[in-house]
Amino acid sequence: MTTAFSPTTPDDLALDARSRALRKMIVRTIEAGKRGHVGAAFSVMEILRVLYDDILKVDPANPRWTERDRCILSKGHGCIALYVLLAEKGFFPESELWKFCASDGILGGHPEYGKVPGVEASTGSLGHGLSFGVGFALNAKLEGQKHRVFVVVGDGECSEGSIWEAALCAAQHKLSQLTVLIDYNKQQTYGTIAEVQGLEPLADKWASFGFAVREVNGHDVDALRAVLSEMPFHPSKPGALICHTVKGKGTGLTERNLSWHHKARVSEAEVASLFASLDDE
Amino acid sequence: MRKTSLDMVYELAKRDRRVVFIGSDLGPDTLKQLKAEFPGQFLMEGVSEANIVTMAAGLAMEGKIPYINTIATFLTRRCFEQIVLDLGLHNTKVRLIASGGGVVYAPLGPTHLAIDDIAILRTVPNMTILAPADADEMRRLMLQTLDVEGPIYVRLGKGGDPIVSRDDLPAEIGKAILMREGADALIVCTGICLQVALAAADDLEKQGIAASVLHVHTLKPLDVTAIYENAARVPVVVTIEEHTIVSGLGSAVAEILAESSFNPSKRFQRIGIPDVFPDQYGSQASLMARYDITAGRLTEVVKQLRGNTR
Repeated sequence: MTTAFSPTTPDDLALDARSRALRKMIVRTIEAGKRGHVGAAFSVMEILRVLYDDILKVDPANPRWTERDRCILSKGHGCIALYVLLAEKGFFPESELWKFCASDGILGGHPEYGKVPGVEASTGSLGHGLSFGVGFALNAKLEGQKHRVFVVVGDGECSEGSIWEAALCAAQHKLSQLTVLIDYNKQQTYGTIAEVQGLEPLADKWASFGFAVREVNGHDVDALRAVLSEMPFHPSKPGALICHTVKGKGTGLTERNLSWHHKARVSEAEVASLFASLDDE
Repeated sequence: MRKTSLDMVYELAKRDRRVVFIGSDLGPDTLKQLKAEFPGQFLMEGVSEANIVTMAAGLAMEGKIPYINTIATFLTRRCFEQIVLDLGLHNTKVRLIASGGGVVYAPLGPTHLAIDDIAILRTVPNMTILAPADADEMRRLMLQTLDVEGPIYVRLGKGGDPIVSRDDLPAEIGKAILMREGADALIVCTGICLQVALAAADDLEKQGIAASVLHVHTLKPLDVTAIYENAARVPVVVTIEEHTIVSGLGSAVAEILAESSFNPSKRFQRIGIPDVFPDQYGSQASLMARYDITAGRLTEVVKQLRGNTR
């Protein structure tokens, strides 16, 4: 059964200094590349922050360490949030951020395996990451390895059939080492999830596919930390954590603003406005 | 050929524990010996090719060598993006064992006819494409699949195909085999069309025409040198394949001939399935006959092209 969800809504929650600082790094990256999926990066920021700050066992000096926890950003368009964390942790120099989308950089508009240290799979086409995660977790189970696998998917991404193929497979193999985190900001490119292709009841869907489901305010770092510390959610089921978020969370300009899903030719005035907004919050 | 390929998976799994077999809802007795002896190396998944291909990529990135088996059309069309990105882009060591290449499943209709698999997969960087002529060659090639980096596609014939490959001319991945040599024409073939090509070469010899037969069991990476050098020696080149003439072996050879700027240019023709969905059931043999993928037609085309040369 799913757990009831009734914390503060993701809108109410004020961001702490670290979350605002991370978003400023995102804005600096966008300023350098003059483009980026701002809405997704702001939406997924706290999910990734808590994973990399508190949950994942990784070694930036040895990104392929065999005992590391694996984290796949299946919604690859949220990659700038991942890039600023990986740079901060030391997977690659911060200077790479300022070459975002440049021909001599390693950081593109979607993250690439083999090119970006710390990136576990090339994503960008939606619906692939969970199957990669199933492969990683299945291998760990077959080999008796203890590391965990986390896959961050988007809500719009959950329209892909391959997500549900992977979900059936994960449940069949009882991959309790695998957790899927759904960045549920309830918006996709064209409009709201409800008006484009509704997902409700989303928690029941994951539960009916054999997952142990939890829900959380996806911007509440304490709540995220607490729930992710309970991993695995069930001894013989994969976990699904539905993270209620706000697309573009953090500035009045970007929150729930569809024109900031992906922004090209970002102007100096817009950058200044974003910085000011992040100072004010 | 399927039995041989799966027997080989068992042999490979026994000698290398990185080998994992993945079926997509196959028959109940499939590789039961492997399942019994090495249960950790046997997976039978649901009808979900997209997930299976990417999951296999994930397993390969962790060190496994997955061999996936299902019907060729399902293993190429449904999951094409997974093949491009998760096998090709990630350059993962996954093997696709494709049952019923070409028109093997003629009685089952166009949904099951893999007449475009080579065309589709030729576009994927890092992919190796194998089309053995018979079970013996399947065995020789499968033994080499442990060592090749990146993904491999293996196109299976019907099974019980006449043995025309030779111990003294063993297949090596990436190297075409000159099965016979003649100065009047070059026949380039792949897969089970080797038997058709050899039969045509016999007929032609009786009529005083000496044809070379170049067997291209590896369609990618293509042995461009062998095709170029053997084409250079003859005035006429004909390709034959159990596949659409769009972007298959014939197209690949045409690209080489066009870019070689032979002077005088070669007389050239492709034999294969035209740009249509086959409209009959019947058998592999009857569909091949319907589309003139036969020794008789091949002989005729070689003679026609020779008549047109000066």
